[in-house]
Amino acid sequence: MKPSAGLHDPQFEHDACGVAFVARLGRPASHEVLQRGLLALERLEHRGAEGADADTGDGAGILIQLPHEFFAAESGVELPEPGRYGVAMCFLPQREAEREHAIRLIERNVEAEGQRVLGWRDVPVVKSECGRVAGEAAPYIAELFVGAADELPDQDAFERKLYVIRQVVDHSGLDGLNLASFSSRTVVYKGMLSAPQLPRYYPDLRDERFKSALALVHSRFSTNTFPSWELAHPYRMLAHNGEINTLRGNRNWMQAREMQLASPLFGDDLQKLLPLLSDDISDSASLDRVMELLVMGGRSPAHAISMMIPEAYSGRPELHQRVRDFYAYHSSLIEPWDGPAAVAFSDGRVIGATLDRNGLRPGRWLVTRDGWVALASETGVLDVEAEDVQAKGRLRPGKLFLVDVENGRVLSDGAVKRNLAERRPYGQWLDDRVVHLEDLPPKTPRVPRVEPLRAKQLAFGWSEEDLRVLLAPMAHAAAEPTASMGNDASLAALSDRRPPLFSYFKQLFAQVTNPAVDPIRESVVMSLQATIGPEVNLLDETSEHCHQLVMPQPLLFNNECERLRQVDHSVFEARTIDMTWPVEEGPDGMERRLDEICQHASELVAGGVNIIILSDRNLGAERAPIPSLLVTAAVHHHLVREGTRLKIGLVVETGEAREVHHIACLIAYGASAVNPYVMFESLTGLHRDGMLPEDMTNDEAHRRVVRAIGKGLLKILSKMGISTIRSYCGAQIFEAVGVDKAVVDRHFTGTTSRVGGVGLDHLAREALDRHSRAYPAAESQLLPSGGIYAWRRDGEFHGWNPETVATLQHAARGDNGNSAADYERFARYVNEEAVRKSALRGLLRYSDDVEPIEIDDVEPAKEIVKRFKSGGMSLGALSPEAHEILAVGMNRLGGKSNTGEGGEDRARFFDERRSSIKQVASGRFGVTIDYLVNSDELQIKVAQGAKPGEGGQLPGHKVDGYIAGLRYSTPGVGLISPPPHHDIYSIEDLKQLIYDLRCGNPRARISVKLVSEVGVGTVAAGVAKANADHVVIAGHDGGTGASPAASIQHAGVPWEIGLAETQQTLLDNDLRSRIVVEVDGQMRTGRDMVVGAILGADEFGFSTAPLIALGCIMMRVCHLNTCPVGVATQDPVLRAKFAGQPEHVVNYLFMVAEEARAIMARLGVRTVDELIGRTDLLVQDEDIDHWKASSLDLSALLVEPARPALNAPRHFTTPPDPVLHDSIDVDLLQRCRPAIERGERVALEIPIANKNRAVGGLLSSEIARIHGTEGLPEGSIEVELRGSAGQSFGAWLAPGVCLSLEGDANDYIGKGLSGGTLIVRPHRGATYPAEDNVVIGNVALYGATQGRAFFRGLAGERFAVRNSGAVTVVEGIGDHGCEYMTGGRVVVLGPTGINFAAGMSGGIAYVLDDDGGFRGRCNTEMVRFAEISEAESKELLALIEEHRDRTGSPVAEGLVGDWADAVGRFVKVLPFDYERALAEEARQEATAVPAVGA
Amino acid sequence: MADPKGFLKVERVGPRKRDPRERIHDYHQYFAFPEEQTLRDQGGRCMSCGIPFCHEGCPLGNLIPEWNDLVHQGRWRAALNRLHATNNFPEFTGLICPAPCESACVLDINDDPVTIEQIEGSIAERGWAEGWIVPEPPDERSGKTVAVVGSGPAGMAVAAELNRFGHRVTVFERDEAVGGLMRYGVPDAKLEKWIIDRRAGLLAAEGIEFVTGVDVGTDVTTEQLRARHDAVVIAIGSRVHRDLEAPGRELGGVHFAMDYLYQRNRCVAAGEGRPARQTPPDQVISAEGRRVVVVGGGDTGMDCISNALREGATSARILDVYPELPAQGRPPGTPWPLPPKRTTMTYALEEGGERQFGSQVTELVGGEDGCVITVRARQVSGTSSRDVEPVPGSDWEEPADLVLIAIGFTGPETHGPIEDLGLATDRRGNVKAGVYETSEDGVFACGDARIGQSLVVTAIAEGRKCARMVDRHLGGSGEVRRVTSETMFAIEDGDEHSLRHQAETAGAVTVGDAFWSGPRDEG
Repeated sequence: MKPSAGLHDPQFEHDACGVAFVARLGRPASHEVLQRGLLALERLEHRGAEGADADTGDGAGILIQLPHEFFAAESGVELPEPGRYGVAMCFLPQREAEREHAIRLIERNVEAEGQRVLGWRDVPVVKSECGRVAGEAAPYIAELFVGAADELPDQDAFERKLYVIRQVVDHSGLDGLNLASFSSRTVVYKGMLSAPQLPRYYPDLRDERFKSALALVHSRFSTNTFPSWELAHPYRMLAHNGEINTLRGNRNWMQAREMQLASPLFGDDLQKLLPLLSDDISDSASLDRVMELLVMGGRSPAHAISMMIPEAYSGRPELHQRVRDFYAYHSSLIEPWDGPAAVAFSDGRVIGATLDRNGLRPGRWLVTRDGWVALASETGVLDVEAEDVQAKGRLRPGKLFLVDVENGRVLSDGAVKRNLAERRPYGQWLDDRVVHLEDLPPKTPRVPRVEPLRAKQLAFGWSEEDLRVLLAPMAHAAAEPTASMGNDASLAALSDRRPPLFSYFKQLFAQVTNPAVDPIRESVVMSLQATIGPEVNLLDETSEHCHQLVMPQPLLFNNECERLRQVDHSVFEARTIDMTWPVEEGPDGMERRLDEICQHASELVAGGVNIIILSDRNLGAERAPIPSLLVTAAVHHHLVREGTRLKIGLVVETGEAREVHHIACLIAYGASAVNPYVMFESLTGLHRDGMLPEDMTNDEAHRRVVRAIGKGLLKILSKMGISTIRSYCGAQIFEAVGVDKAVVDRHFTGTTSRVGGVGLDHLAREALDRHSRAYPAAESQLLPSGGIYAWRRDGEFHGWNPETVATLQHAARGDNGNSAADYERFARYVNEEAVRKSALRGLLRYSDDVEPIEIDDVEPAKEIVKRFKSGGMSLGALSPEAHEILAVGMNRLGGKSNTGEGGEDRARFFDERRSSIKQVASGRFGVTIDYLVNSDELQIKVAQGAKPGEGGQLPGHKVDGYIAGLRYSTPGVGLISPPPHHDIYSIEDLKQLIYDLRCGNPRARISVKLVSEVGVGTVAAGVAKANADHVVIAGHDGGTGASPAASIQHAGVPWEIGLAETQQTLLDNDLRSRIVVEVDGQMRTGRDMVVGAILGADEFGFSTAPLIALGCIMMRVCHLNTCPVGVATQDPVLRAKFAGQPEHVVNYLFMVAEEARAIMARLGVRTVDELIGRTDLLVQDEDIDHWKASSLDLSALLVEPARPALNAPRHFTTPPDPVLHDSIDVDLLQRCRPAIERGERVALEIPIANKNRAVGGLLSSEIARIHGTEGLPEGSIEVELRGSAGQSFGAWLAPGVCLSLEGDANDYIGKGLSGGTLIVRPHRGATYPAEDNVVIGNVALYGATQGRAFFRGLAGERFAVRNSGAVTVVEGIGDHGCEYMTGGRVVVLGPTGINFAAGMSGGIAYVLDDDGGFRGRCNTEMVRFAEISEAESKELLALIEEHRDRTGSPVAEGLVGDWADAVGRFVKVLPFDYERALAEEARQEATAVPAVGA
Repeated sequence: MADPKGFLKVERVGPRKRDPRERIHDYHQYFAFPEEQTLRDQGGRCMSCGIPFCHEGCPLGNLIPEWNDLVHQGRWRAALNRLHATNNFPEFTGLICPAPCESACVLDINDDPVTIEQIEGSIAERGWAEGWIVPEPPDERSGKTVAVVGSGPAGMAVAAELNRFGHRVTVFERDEAVGGLMRYGVPDAKLEKWIIDRRAGLLAAEGIEFVTGVDVGTDVTTEQLRARHDAVVIAIGSRVHRDLEAPGRELGGVHFAMDYLYQRNRCVAAGEGRPARQTPPDQVISAEGRRVVVVGGGDTGMDCISNALREGATSARILDVYPELPAQGRPPGTPWPLPPKRTTMTYALEEGGERQFGSQVTELVGGEDGCVITVRARQVSGTSSRDVEPVPGSDWEEPADLVLIAIGFTGPETHGPIEDLGLATDRRGNVKAGVYETSEDGVFACGDARIGQSLVVTAIAEGRKCARMVDRHLGGSGEVRRVTSETMFAIEDGDEHSLRHQAETAGAVTVGDAFWSGPRDEG
């Protein structure tokens, strides 16, 4: 890996991919297995990626059994019998001297471990078969043959020895040395290759004698293009498609566990294995190494993987009790490695795969009658005659698919798990040893002192807002409060208002490379369960392992904390450490005290204490509290370093924590449980003062706040794609902004902090300052205003304040008759004051080393404004008036407006009100083929600044009939978009969606909107490699419309950092010139724009500012529908007050451009293109001597990366290569021309394979372009297809087109179905019962708006997610069916998974409930089971008849045959909201008076 | 914000005004606050804005959304605490403030603003009525003493704050009672004087010593003050009259408005048995039975009219040199949220006064007794003193027996402390005191003496900020424990075009139910 320069840090690179395995049962090893494996790999090629150098693949590889016959012949070494020798697949340095050194190192270690070096074989490679970049970095590849020492008792012992040798060699850290595999059972061939290159590069793989009974293959899609051969999969035991979100914590915990590891199998060798993990290896490699340790330590591969990636087991009564016990027990041993994952693994004897608990990766398997077994990311990778197929299925969330190759058996998940569960009396152990909090006897408080509440609140920095805006509403609603209009307040490091340390830590979130989870709709996978207590040897299994305190959630009430403090020593041993320091010692005293605390903790651990309570209750007039997060992290890391961390559980008792974010920070830095006692006392105070509802008891208020915080925690976890508190604990999912690197390195080890910032001295002085306000204190003293959520003069500084809002409006409207003067005042105030006090760019100034030019030489403003966009603000969030006027203004300006995610009224497509950028967000509201085709740019909103990692939300009172119509939803029903796009769980999925959208509109630019956080640059590089034209880097601070208050404040980082990182990473990867980069986030002035350009942006997004020009006055009530100026409301009375005019936007943005021109003249730059990336024009302003701001160091933002090619452009120059040429739609379209152009009927038959993706999309696009939303008449185009369809089959299918597929289909079938008809049925020769086998993949009919679909067989997870109008029949589905559905009809004629109808607010589902268990698997929060009326019975019957006719389904036939009986077996699922809307509709129709002339 | 839709459901309801025909016969407050439920409903109209422009528009930075909501909830005592956090004398500003907060209210964009001022006044009155406002002397004394010269709102505020810091404060007032122009310039119809006495009594109970009838510079020298005190604060207001430059100015029956108002207020006080200096009979200015012409259309002019009518003037007419402005809307130059230039109805006009715009006095003509009998005037156009243009041939005459000049003040009186201490002044003649410190060590200035004629609310704000600087000078931290609001720490003078600046300077606020603004001559 290349060392990190500037902001680009390779540790944040991601990869994802296609994974597959093939095995043959009951037959000896064969070359055919290998060939089929390689064929499968090639067929997954489209899931991989290429870099700037199109020939260089991101990585491909294969793991097989040792081909003894081949090696015996080719190794040139006298080989012992199989099992008594091992092969090291070595990547060696190319330079001979270094290679010799490496070789000797390996040999020396082999011999040191008592094994025999048999000899070396140079692995033949065809150098011309790899790309230029890969070739330059290619290692020298050789195989070392090692003979087993005679005294080793068995092959397992030999494997362990080889493992030890390999670890020791790894630890040597020799540059250019990597052992891809070292085993007596398996060997790995891999490299920085594309799938087809792999066998061409390694002739061995083409040799007939190269035989194996199993083959595990992997094709990689990485976000970077750095030469890295060793990052190709498979690793030693597994190949991984996915991402470990909790990696940082998992690594730390593993480090902590190392001290306790012991195993008789290893004896003294164990120490040689350590350290097990290092910071420079990838998540997949880490997963591999821990799995390897567990397997080498005596557990089976299935056991090991089930511990590390457990399925969701709590609240799952359908799982066997013993299986649940197995998981519960192991949760005490190791925290889940959480994140989307399809993991395929093999030890050479068994081969298997599992899926994460959410099922966020695809996995399709196939078993044939003649013993072939295949599993792959997609169906269709193996050519099998239909009649040979015995069964087809899919990997299910959290389930295993295991093939015992040695014994020739395929094992079901149930069988494997039952076996595992019965290994030990796990249930008994749990009963015996687990302690529950409620089991502990109550205790009277033993508190050091009683301080007045007001003094505590002041000393901990509470504000009046904390009570009024956060706490009271949480008690009211048992949920986090909602706020609006983003966060324009000062960064903590620039604030003079003594923000708590928590405010410096910004939540990280999933974007693109892994999905966020919906903690509400998919709560079934989430868990708040917390455990406190020591852990013991991971390699052992005893009842002692589960001797832990288990709590349902990590918040302790005051009395619970007391129980713990005074716990009976025979149960646990708890001690409290004081987190305060003497005020008289001044700021320096804090660090001394911090060291003492760490030392004290060590002593307590040594003395056998196993619970440490860090407490600041000792606060008083003479003692000030150290920031609790600092102490928690410091103790945690101190003990991790010391190797004793797992001997204790950390509990934090602090008066400082008062927000969900605070609790999350404490847990993420090591706290198992938190007792926010001042929060509870404050709540009691609110109750006493009558600030809570009269009928609410104090206890109830407390419970509600705990519930609210629990929900909030789940949301914070889930936005990173993490499901359990257990794995969030210690996971450090934060980026520090404005914290000194030394502090971070020591106390928050491993956390990213890129601009330096405050040190312990600053923190201590602020703590003392707070303290000085608290003592002496009177109860009558008022708390400070706060001013975070709403501006206050004495509160936190805001970029939008009375001055900036008023002057901008005066300038835009010309209120004072002199717009230019008013604008100048506005810009001066923003540039010299507002930005300087709130944002990083305020600390930069222009370089003096410039030669100014005449302003007339600078490109005209009318050219510059073409680069301006308005942000994606949905119609729904905004009133129609504001939305349309903004669009008109942007169009007149020559810029572009953005629909936002609410769809667009067709009436606007063809006039000035058109938004040329059409957004595609996770809710897919109104995303029809007609919408796509009428855009100039399609923007995939992956994240938004106000709430990255979450979906948009529109409260029900803003969803009127018009809005609901555009969104295909139910009036009055609130809309929350799914946190993830359900068709983007990984980077290769994004590539697919981009492809799909290109099919939907080949003329549009495809844009991806990201939010700034560490690693966004590598994601942006991935986006470029996924073939996007455009990427948006949004800051954390933007945002219009409603979001949870905590998300607005605490997620994401400033755009300055993210943009600079993006620019540097794109240049590093030679990708910059092929993608347009846009920046947004509180852009206000020409200076903002110029800084944006210099840091790397081609284009600039403005959202809040143009809204303000149109009259917005930052009410921050978008979520209440009460906007008094008609901007963000749907209330007709208020909409009438909207007074904005297009000219306001035009005036304002032209003045921004003119200001930018003046700056450019001063800097001597003629065009924006010339300006982009010119970081030499900026320097940090050394005149800023603010006591905190001056600790920041922005030099990393201004680093100029070494560009790979001399004079490679720093800005966008050339669009990416076209990709649609391989689409079979190109041909299809030609053949369908008669139908489209002349109305003739067209019927075709064509073959299809899984590489043919989005079939029908391009065709539909052309139909929509010509015929609009109506499309063609029914039956115009009929296409019969045969084979395995690639992803997104039938995407956006337009009316009049019917695709009828014989075979099976992959994920995302019928995505955005727009009126066409889809049919999938198995191959006519198939002999297996279709209704028991999988015929289509996951996430079918996502965002479908219209059309019909019939599936003869089973579907995967999330069937008909966000369907808003399609009618469909299917014979069985997986989990989360009909999620977020808002319209249409779904008929399920077979089994359903869990969590059916979560978030379903419209449409009707009919489910055949033959096992009687459906009601239990349905999520009934928003739906009820209703009677099927006579009319509905007819409708249902007609649908099932159609299904029979179109698919020939005997299931349908059977039902139709005895309909009277059958109809009674159906359950009708009716959303409450839909029922209400239907009733309302009926009422209106009944009372409607026909309008005159209508 | 308990009711986000309050503003959609409730209309603005202002104070209950007494019938002008009735109120003209007494000197009592001409309006009353609405009943409690109405006030609570009005508080519910507040939208709790993301940016409360009212809060910025208020020179004191009153936490308006907070106490609006608390009133809406009926939590009067909490509201009072929040109000007192930024305002020492809400019972004054609740009655006599032109309320720049209300013109900055977001509802003023397209609706009627929240009745902020009357809610403020009501909170204060509720506090007094309930006995919640009690003396709160400081726990400890610093041992330092401060002399404050002048007992107007600035002097009272600086004294109140310094006393809370623990310093011993003595306030010197040359008139017979404290309050400055609040007492002697404002008629009881707007501010009954027991309200000032009530507050002054409380301040005295907290330990402030008020010395009335002592003219600093005459009865006691400024040097003596400096010698006896650790700091001196000059809060003597802006009391040099701007004079009318017209032939006949010297005639009898031509007076400065403030001289008239002083007499009227003393007369009312005497009538109510409060201590008041007697006006020597030969100096009495009476409007009874006279035709009164007031030159200058500001609040002082209006107050003259209201007094004249109560005295029984046969007519009362204002000649305002400026043109009539629209009564509604936002003329160019003062877009929302700035205080608008509007010409609105005033209480005095309701009571029978008349107003003539664009009228410039050219000459005063006297009768045989040397007293004025006629005012000659002409129509002029223009919007400021700099662009006044006569309309040719528009001269006319106006019969008058009493002419009152109400065209403002030019600056603080220089004889007295300013000359005695040799304090530097700015080009307008105000005491030069950047951040309240004058050119002399230990001598501070605040209020109109520092910034020129302004509002009561500005004066209080001045006094509060000045107190912080004095405290720092005396070795304190500049912080009052009981009041944590940091508003008063904002001591920098903002951009002169800023809303805050506009709110704090008098010139921008012209007419309306305000106590004091004077003509707009920025000279």
